[in-house]
Amino acid sequence: MNDRENLLLKPARAVGIVGYGVYIPQYRLPASEILRIWAGDEGGAPVKEKAVPGLDEDTITISIEAARNALARAGIDAQKLRAVWVGSESHPYVVKPSSTVVAEAIGASEHIQAADLEFACKAGTEAVVAAMALVGSKMGDYALAIGADTAQGKPGDALEFTAAAGGAAFVIGPAENALATIAASYSYVTDTPDFWRRQHQVYPEHGQRFTGEPAYFKHVTAAAQTMLSQLGTTAADYAFAVFHQPNTKFPQRVARELGFSKEQIETGLLSPVIGNTYAGASLVGLTAVLDIAKPGDRILVVSYGSGAGSDAFDMRVTDLIEERRNKAPLTQQYIERRIEIDYATYARYRGKIVMK
Amino acid sequence: MEIPRHWRLQKQRLALVGEVCPHCQAKIFPARDVCPECGGEAKTAFKFSGKGEVYSFTTLHSVPAGFEENAPYTVALVKLDEGPIITAQLTDVGEREVKIGTPVEMVTRRIRQDGDERGMLIYGYKFRPVLRMS
Repeated sequence: MNDRENLLLKPARAVGIVGYGVYIPQYRLPASEILRIWAGDEGGAPVKEKAVPGLDEDTITISIEAARNALARAGIDAQKLRAVWVGSESHPYVVKPSSTVVAEAIGASEHIQAADLEFACKAGTEAVVAAMALVGSKMGDYALAIGADTAQGKPGDALEFTAAAGGAAFVIGPAENALATIAASYSYVTDTPDFWRRQHQVYPEHGQRFTGEPAYFKHVTAAAQTMLSQLGTTAADYAFAVFHQPNTKFPQRVARELGFSKEQIETGLLSPVIGNTYAGASLVGLTAVLDIAKPGDRILVVSYGSGAGSDAFDMRVTDLIEERRNKAPLTQQYIERRIEIDYATYARYRGKIVMK
Repeated sequence: MEIPRHWRLQKQRLALVGEVCPHCQAKIFPARDVCPECGGEAKTAFKFSGKGEVYSFTTLHSVPAGFEENAPYTVALVKLDEGPIITAQLTDVGEREVKIGTPVEMVTRRIRQDGDERGMLIYGYKFRPVLRMS
């Protein structure tokens, strides 16, 4: 790769996050419950607990609440949106868009772009890149990008500890109305078979340890390093960094290798208490950072989606953050809204009990 | 299969859109095009805030066909801040005690599926105890 080659995506018109919103379901399944059922209470777990959707929740309902929160912070009429894009690997329909339901529920115009995106855990950040392009090219002033999931984990599989539910929504708009500007994005993708779910299959398959080195670490590292080298920045320039968080250890290790401290990543590292919200994961982490960030703070966000690829973003918080952050519930408020459930309730809520 | 009926009710169910009477300003839900207060024609769309309080409630254990998966659940008469009283399920109640007067807010949730697992998904309003804001 030639360092002097311009690999960053920089919009012609400066853009940023005008409003952000999050949603995390209230139910929590402690990892100890999975160990109790499947491991005789023995062994360790990759997270403390994970967020579980209720019987009436799915990617569409999660997206709607996150979107309403984002619009409340943005302070704009939903009619001003020029696009509604929902990234997820658990769209309730295989065929029929989630995005049109979300658009109708929030009162968006009918004269918009709407589509569902799928790229494992980076579908949400891909929606953000698309929104940056639409606003940055002046084809529209505002676009809504959402990453949300109700992830599936095979009973007894390692992924069952982490496959969680939640999502985040972002109103992307002109930089002058942004609570955080986005200077650039950069994406790195290759064909890497670390995790997939075939048509008609209920649960995904994964490549065990292959999901680490050649998958998560290679792509997150490449995206972050390229972003930093092309911008001429170092880890020390950022107040916060958020990395995709399929568990607790991966983001901690990649952060350390890239030169980020524990303090820089701890605010946005939510997987220990909510699990991996897949397309929501890095974006939900970002909402927790925006909840406490100060004007001038620089934020690096790097997602990862299996299959595989990473999107990196360089953001800077503006003065508008102070007046907007309390116009919707904070991420920590959703995390504290917690009802612990046992494995049997989890099995019922996630449709794992055969009824006919 | 009741696709046209569900489709017609979408705006009302997904976004809590009713009507406002241009003559006496009464807020109307669901939309009925005639004001129940003054009898005048009322066709102006009005989006409700979704805030209200529990007017009365009951918990159902024996539920209508199509809602079995969610049983037991609580149904409430919710008095919206704008005036109308509407019937809706409560959700995310958990261990919290529901009382007459409990402040609630509208959320959009999956209500049921039309027929079996091949049918369309029906989304609509439910109400939950108001989320604490900082």
